[in-house]
Amino acid sequence: MTRGHFIALALLAACALLLPLATDDSYILSLMIFSGINAIVAIGLCILMGSAGQVSLGQAGFYGIGAYASAILSQLFGLPVVAAICGAAVLSAAAAVILAVPSLRLKGHYLAVATLGFGEIVYIFLNEFGPGGPSGFGDIPPFSAFGVVITESRHFAWLVWSVLILLIIFSLNMLNARPGRALRALHGSETASSAVGLDVVALKIKVFVLSAIYASIAGSLYAHYVSFISPSSFALFYSVLLLMMVVLGGITTVWGGVVGAVLITLLPEPLKAFEELDVLVYGMILTLSLLFLRRGIVPMITERFSSYRENRSA
Amino acid sequence: MLTVFLQFLFSGLTIGSVYALVGLGFNIIYNATSIINLAQGEFVVIGGLLMWFFLDSCQMPFLASIALTLLSAGLVGLIMERLTIRPLKTADMLVMIMVTIAVSIVMRGLLMFKFGKDPYTYPPFTEAEPFMLGGAVVQPQALWVLGITGACIVFLYAFFNLTVVGKAMRACSFDATAASLVGIPVSRMIMFSFILSAIVGAVGGISITPIALMEYDKGAMLAVKGFCAAIMGGLGRGRGAVLGGLVIGILESMTAGYLHSGLKDAVALLIMLTILFFRPAGMFGNAAVQRLKGH
Repeated sequence: MTRGHFIALALLAACALLLPLATDDSYILSLMIFSGINAIVAIGLCILMGSAGQVSLGQAGFYGIGAYASAILSQLFGLPVVAAICGAAVLSAAAAVILAVPSLRLKGHYLAVATLGFGEIVYIFLNEFGPGGPSGFGDIPPFSAFGVVITESRHFAWLVWSVLILLIIFSLNMLNARPGRALRALHGSETASSAVGLDVVALKIKVFVLSAIYASIAGSLYAHYVSFISPSSFALFYSVLLLMMVVLGGITTVWGGVVGAVLITLLPEPLKAFEELDVLVYGMILTLSLLFLRRGIVPMITERFSSYRENRSA
Repeated sequence: MLTVFLQFLFSGLTIGSVYALVGLGFNIIYNATSIINLAQGEFVVIGGLLMWFFLDSCQMPFLASIALTLLSAGLVGLIMERLTIRPLKTADMLVMIMVTIAVSIVMRGLLMFKFGKDPYTYPPFTEAEPFMLGGAVVQPQALWVLGITGACIVFLYAFFNLTVVGKAMRACSFDATAASLVGIPVSRMIMFSFILSAIVGAVGGISITPIALMEYDKGAMLAVKGFCAAIMGGLGRGRGAVLGGLVIGILESMTAGYLHSGLKDAVALLIMLTILFFRPAGMFGNAAVQRLKGH
C-alpha cells in the first residue's frame, strides 16, 4: 500500500469512528450504515470492472441472495448469524461460478446480459418463492457474534464500516500482489497475458466470484440491520444504482467505489425536490458522467493532485 | 386439451413476434457497430405509448398516428446515436454498454414523467369479432401483430439485400475499415442503424399494445427477452432472431399456462443461460462463423 492509500484509510477510519459518536440522529446513522453497505458492494464491482474489464448488471441478485439466505438460515433454521452470513456467501459464490464459467469464455457483452438476466431471475424467484412473497418477511434476528448482540444503530454503523475498511485493505493488498499484477497485465493485453502463462478465464472468474461475495456480505448485513426484507430492494434498479456509484466514483480504484457509494446514497436527499423525476435524474447523472467524467471523480482528483505536486517541485 | 394448447400457442406466437422484432433491432445495431444496445426495449415502449398519445390523446387519424409514432421513434434513435454513441466512438465496449443502459434509464424517466406509471392501451386496428380456430379464440389484433412482423422481416430482408444503403450497412458489419476505404460513410451507416432499429422496435410496440398493455417500465424485460431471441438464433443473424423470438414466446406462454404464471419471465432468462452454457453461437447459428468474428 502506498502512502496515499494509508492516509485515505486513516481518514476513513477516523470518520467511521467519530461520526457515530458525534450524533445521536438515527437518520444520519442509517444513512451512514447504508453508504457503508453500498460501498462494500461497490468496491467489489470496481475490482470486477476496473481490473478485470467486465461489467455485471446483476450485483443486486447476489446482494439479494446474501440478504435472503442469511435471513432464512438465521431465522428459520436458527443458525448463528455469522454462520448464516458465511453460508449465504458460499451460495452467492456458487451462483457466480455457474454464471461466469460459460459467459466469460465468450467475448464481448455476454457477461453483462447474463448477469442482467441472473439478477432478474433472482428477483422473480424471491417474489414467487421467497418467504412472504412480494410483501417480504420480517423478524430477522439482529447481528450477533461471540455472544454480543448488536441492536443499537451506532454499534451497527461501526460494524459495517469495520467490515468495509477490512475489505478495502484486503482488496488493495490483493490488487498490489500477484493477482492484481495479473489483472493489470490482462487489461493491457489479453493475448500477451495468456502467452506468458496466465489463465485469463480462470482469473476473470475468480474476480467475479469475489465481487459476488462482497455483494452477498453486504446483503446479509442489510438484512440483519433492517430486520425486514422484501424483493423490491433487490430489483434491477439496485444493480443500476451500483453501476452509477462506480462510474461516478471511478472504476480504476476501489476508492472510486467508496466515494461513489457515499454520494449516491446521499443523493435521494437533494432529489426529494424532484419527486417523480428521480428516475430521470439518475439516468442523466449516469449518462453525463459517462460522457464527461469518463474516468470518475477519484482518479480525476488524484491526477490533479499529483500534477499539482509535480508543478510545485519542478 | 388440444384447444387449450392451441390457445397458449397462439398467444405465445403473438408475444413472440414482438420479441423477434426486438431481437432484429439488436441485430441491426450489433451488425453495424458490435454494440449491444440495451435501450432496445425502450423503443418498443416508446412505440406503444406514443401511438396512444397521438391516437387517443391527440385524436389523430390512425395512419397519421402511426406515421408520427414511427417518425418520433426514428428521431429518438437518431438523437441517441448523436448524443451518446458518436461522442464515445473511441471508448471501449464497457463504456458503450453502460451508456446504452444510461440512455434506457433516461428514456424510462422521460416516459414516466410524461405518462406516469399507469398501463396504456388503445382499440385494436380493426373492429372484427374474435374468431375460433380449432376451438381456440383468436383475436384479430394477433393476426395484425403476426402480419406486421412478417412484413417487417420481408422489408428488412429486401432492404439489406436489394438496396444500396442496406448493402453498405452490411459491408460495415463485415469490416468497417474496408467499407470506409471503398467510400461508404461508416458513421452515417451507424446512425441509420440506430434509426432503423428504433423504428423496428416501435413497430412492435404499436402492434402489441392493443393486446398487451404498455407501461413505462416494460423496456428492460423486453430488451432481455429480445436479446435471448437474438442469441438463440446466433447474434447478428436475422432469421435466427425471428425463430428465437417465436420459440421464447411460445415457451413463455406454455409455462404461464401449464406451470405457474409467475415463472413466465424466468423462462426466457433460463433459456438464455442454458444457451450460453451449451451453444453460445446460437441454436441455429454456425459456430465457426461466430468464432471468426470473435464475438
